[in-house]
Amino acid sequence: MIDPIFLAEAAINGIMLGGILALLALGLNLIFGVIDIVWIAYVDLVMVCMYVLYFLVQVYGWPFWLGALATVAFGAVLGVGVHLLIISPILASPPVNQLLATGGLLFFLQSFATFLWTTDHKSVRFALPSWELGGIFFPATRLIPFAISIVAVIGLYVFLTRTYMGTAIRAVSQDREAMALMGASPQRIYLVTSAVGGLMAGLAGALLTFQYSVHPFFGNQFGPLTFMICVLGGLGNMVGAFVASFVMSEIISVAGVVWSTEMGYVIAFVVFIVMMFVRPAGILTRRQ
Amino acid sequence: MSAGRWAGAALVALLAAGPFLPLGGMREYVLHVMVQIFVWSFIGGAWALMGRFRLVSLGHGAFLGLGAYTATLLWNFYGLTPWLGGVAAVVLTAVVAVVVAYPCSRFQVVGHYFALVTLAVGEVVRLLIIAERNWTGGSLGVSLKPAGRDSLFAMQFADKRVFYYAGLVLWLLGLWVWLRVDRSMARSAMEAIGEDETAAASVGIHVTRFKIGITVLSASLTAVGGVAYAQYISYVNPDTLAGIGVSLRIVFAVVLGGMYSLLGPTVGTALTIALAEYLRIVFGLRFIGMAETIYGLLLILFIIFLPAGIYGSLRDLVLRLWNPPARAAAKA
Repeated sequence: MIDPIFLAEAAINGIMLGGILALLALGLNLIFGVIDIVWIAYVDLVMVCMYVLYFLVQVYGWPFWLGALATVAFGAVLGVGVHLLIISPILASPPVNQLLATGGLLFFLQSFATFLWTTDHKSVRFALPSWELGGIFFPATRLIPFAISIVAVIGLYVFLTRTYMGTAIRAVSQDREAMALMGASPQRIYLVTSAVGGLMAGLAGALLTFQYSVHPFFGNQFGPLTFMICVLGGLGNMVGAFVASFVMSEIISVAGVVWSTEMGYVIAFVVFIVMMFVRPAGILTRRQ
Repeated sequence: MSAGRWAGAALVALLAAGPFLPLGGMREYVLHVMVQIFVWSFIGGAWALMGRFRLVSLGHGAFLGLGAYTATLLWNFYGLTPWLGGVAAVVLTAVVAVVVAYPCSRFQVVGHYFALVTLAVGEVVRLLIIAERNWTGGSLGVSLKPAGRDSLFAMQFADKRVFYYAGLVLWLLGLWVWLRVDRSMARSAMEAIGEDETAAASVGIHVTRFKIGITVLSASLTAVGGVAYAQYISYVNPDTLAGIGVSLRIVFAVVLGGMYSLLGPTVGTALTIALAEYLRIVFGLRFIGMAETIYGLLLILFIIFLPAGIYGSLRDLVLRLWNPPARAAAKA
């Protein structure tokens, strides 16, 4: 029998992981909902951002906060670059081709990272405290990223609901043609969306650096999970994606302790597949 | 098309004579590369059976891994000949394909959603193989128990020529299946379904039956390819035979060559393998990852500029140059 304290710790770790997954899922979901393209390589962009932060802090000796800010800005630039170079020429192509083009980007990023930086794991070292409460440990390397990601999610929510640009973005995700008729330029909105999506990737990269070391295939660890959270929550449905992040992270974390790490992921993916079938209306409402 | 038929016959004759051409010390190596091209072209062709009808699966690694591991483990633990093990692998894979395809077509999971569901299936198989490490060897993979000598029973041969001819036959079999599908009613039905499911159903096409049928066919052939590859390499590994990596690799080779034409998958696979081998020889171990970097770039460029793939686009160009009036008439 497993000690309940382990289960409690696993549940809390699940919540912490969920915060970062939510960040990833919301960034991808925003792009998905507005531009209607799955960036298969989204988490590989996060991987690149993590490398940037590693080099800035660990190699060039920047202070962490400055490196993190630079990484977030770099993420936004990366998002715009991906949109201009890859997505905008194929906006009118069949969805299959769009999927495969970003799949090509995944190949490119993973193997170019292997080529440039080898497959060694690289990590930024931290000396941060850990607190104990009732036998459960709360390390700062988990608490800080969780807190920042929640603030970022709230920030995204405020941006989307309270600003003119955010309203325009939501309008485009509801009806592309009508929005163009209203005089808003979808191209500009796509650019802003890609920048915000990239910015979320940069932030997620900076926060993941607290707990994970980076290697070229980092994206494979979180990529499939992130797509599944987006689909599970409903495309373009931010609240759904937010909830789905915590559901998935709890499954992975708790099943990982009870059974094994791989089985945690297996159960999460099976839940995803089953949910696709039993709740098609809740999940597939936005499909044309 | 008789010119095309002659070219095809000449190509097959050349390939059949291949192992007897004077290649000197390079022979073993050339045979090795050719076997890989045959097997992966066969697998790519199997994927294209679905892909050309807009059923884009990003989880064919699942079927490949199931096939390879089922036959390998049955041989290693029970001494069951891979001939029967292969049958078991195909049956198991077909069952899994039905389990995936039935709900997908029942609930109209298409496009992005289908790709993501199949991607999840591929990851599930990869992770299950890793999790059951006691008998699958986990992420280290597992070697085929050697039979000790050449054995048809164990499907193990020291001479690469045996695998060469087996690969050639497999590849031709794949092309034959592709042609049969291409010329059947099922093709028209599947194309209609790919365009618009509701409209297809309204003219009496049994959407679910056709979709499950093509998925099972594609998955079974992929499993056969997995068994063949495992027998040739005599080593299986979850990362090279299951999961998102190999799934994307299959898709990539096919798209590079062109998924709407008979030889597209073969051309794409041959090009990617040749490129990888070339870069490996030229740069050795210094530039690890360079080959895939170039693949990735090419894939992006192809999707943007040549969506019909290399072979598809070249063929269209040749056809246009050869008989422009016929084409113009067809268009009119």
